[in-house]
Amino acid sequence: METVINIGYLVAAVLFILGIKGMTKPKTAVRGNQMSATGMLVAIIAALLDHNVVSYEYIIIGVLIGGTIGAFIAKKVAMTDMPELVAALNGIGGGASLLVASANYLESQKLAEMGQFVPTYDWSIAVILSILIGAVTLTGSFIAVGKLKGKIGDAKQVRLFKWIVKLSLAALLAGAAYFAAVDPVNSDLLIAGLIVLCLVLGICLVMPIGGADMPVVVALLNSYSGLAGAAAGFVLGNNGLIITGSLVGASGIILTSIMCKAMNRSLTNVLFGGSMSESSGVSRSENDAFYEGKVKFSSADELAMLLDGAQNVVFVPGYGLAVAQAQHATRELAGMLEKQGAKVKYAIHPVAGRMPGHMNVLLAEAEVPYDQLVEMDAINPEFSQTDVAIVLGANDVVNPAAAEDPNSPIFGMPILDVHHAKTVVVVKRGLSPGFAGIPNELFIRDNSLMVAGDAKKVLQDTISALKDL
Amino acid sequence: MEMFILSLTIFVLAVFVGVEVINKVPPTLHTPLMSGTNAISGIVVVGAIISSGGSEHTTVLSTVLGVAAIALATINIVAGFMVTDRMLNMFKKK
Repeated sequence: METVINIGYLVAAVLFILGIKGMTKPKTAVRGNQMSATGMLVAIIAALLDHNVVSYEYIIIGVLIGGTIGAFIAKKVAMTDMPELVAALNGIGGGASLLVASANYLESQKLAEMGQFVPTYDWSIAVILSILIGAVTLTGSFIAVGKLKGKIGDAKQVRLFKWIVKLSLAALLAGAAYFAAVDPVNSDLLIAGLIVLCLVLGICLVMPIGGADMPVVVALLNSYSGLAGAAAGFVLGNNGLIITGSLVGASGIILTSIMCKAMNRSLTNVLFGGSMSESSGVSRSENDAFYEGKVKFSSADELAMLLDGAQNVVFVPGYGLAVAQAQHATRELAGMLEKQGAKVKYAIHPVAGRMPGHMNVLLAEAEVPYDQLVEMDAINPEFSQTDVAIVLGANDVVNPAAAEDPNSPIFGMPILDVHHAKTVVVVKRGLSPGFAGIPNELFIRDNSLMVAGDAKKVLQDTISALKDL
Repeated sequence: MEMFILSLTIFVLAVFVGVEVINKVPPTLHTPLMSGTNAISGIVVVGAIISSGGSEHTTVLSTVLGVAAIALATINIVAGFMVTDRMLNMFKKK
């Protein structure tokens, strides 16, 4: 039976790998996802065959509760809220690993009493690691959700949080050493204390990080949620868990490094550098003075006239598009322009929105064909032939200072070169600075126009103005 | 200790497989990739099932923790796979 079970885990792991492989093309992705889901089913059946499973009623209760909540969330969630959902699921995954490690500790204690288990060093280290990663992922993720929702602002007492982090790490190390070396089976209070400590650690690690850096944090916590599973695999001696956990861990790490590169920052700088707007930001009056009298304001009617004769149009979506839920209006306007014979493309910056690929999902929801979504490196050479570039609620990712001003705090960050287009139309609610906290020189350039307002409203007005032309 | 080295070997090799495969996923699909891996990380349900299966060495507290772990992991699995499917079907249309 043991062999059958282990082959089951192996089959599941292979299905997960093939499933992710399916995700390398939009066409095969749906099948890939179904393959992963099948892998999960195989793994669950294998687990149910384990000789330690003698009754099923508690398992069924747990599955029913979780399944109902999960299905409800998946049906209800709006595409604009995907970053929050993914962050929350990371946390839930971490929480599950934490609970599994704790339950295993309690069982091992009972087994040791019965004389059937002798704790080893690697078992105790795995238990501590599992608790650490699981707990940090749990609380860290929910702080990230709060920051994504804007409910938790950028922290002022960065030093205090760093101090608590150092202190709890030291206490954790001491506790772990005692647990592993002295008494790995009768340390209920110690384990409970370590869990609380790790939960606090998760909060204090994420609190000082700026809201703008949450995409990186969410990707990193995605990785942790996988590593937490792998650590639980070490505790249980289960290879299926180890393989699968490390796949997820690798995925999160890759996404994290892509995001860091796209912001021209190192991971350490994101995690321990405090929020960017705090160190480099301008005050409100400096910001107003920068734009004073230099911005050319325009209207939806003018935008419609401009678009009437345009041949090449590029949309540049940013977080503002998500907030305004303007993806459908964008698609409608793009469709009208295409009917007039214009070529329409969408320029996607790797960190546009609040998570990797966020803009792509929103535009896919509005049925924009994915071959019109062009990545930064591919679209940049085309801006010089673009008649109108429409920036929808993006800011720092189109700031020419990143390419031209060595003194700018974002100098070196790769940007979309929209300023090379004949005309740039910036649709934005106001002139407040973006995540980096600095004014944007693009808005005062000769070839740029600003249409102030909510992206969806402006686009709808433009559509009706175009119809009247 | 031998068991540990074997597990560690599997872990390291699996990380390399993961890096190879995931590097090929295009940026367009990065959001579904994240929600999909969310679902996959629900694999920890395996550990939770074994912990709440009611054999003689479980305690009341360990069963309660196990059932809670099953519920959390199932949220991840069901919500993760369903929402990924929802997103990927939007990409499939055209």
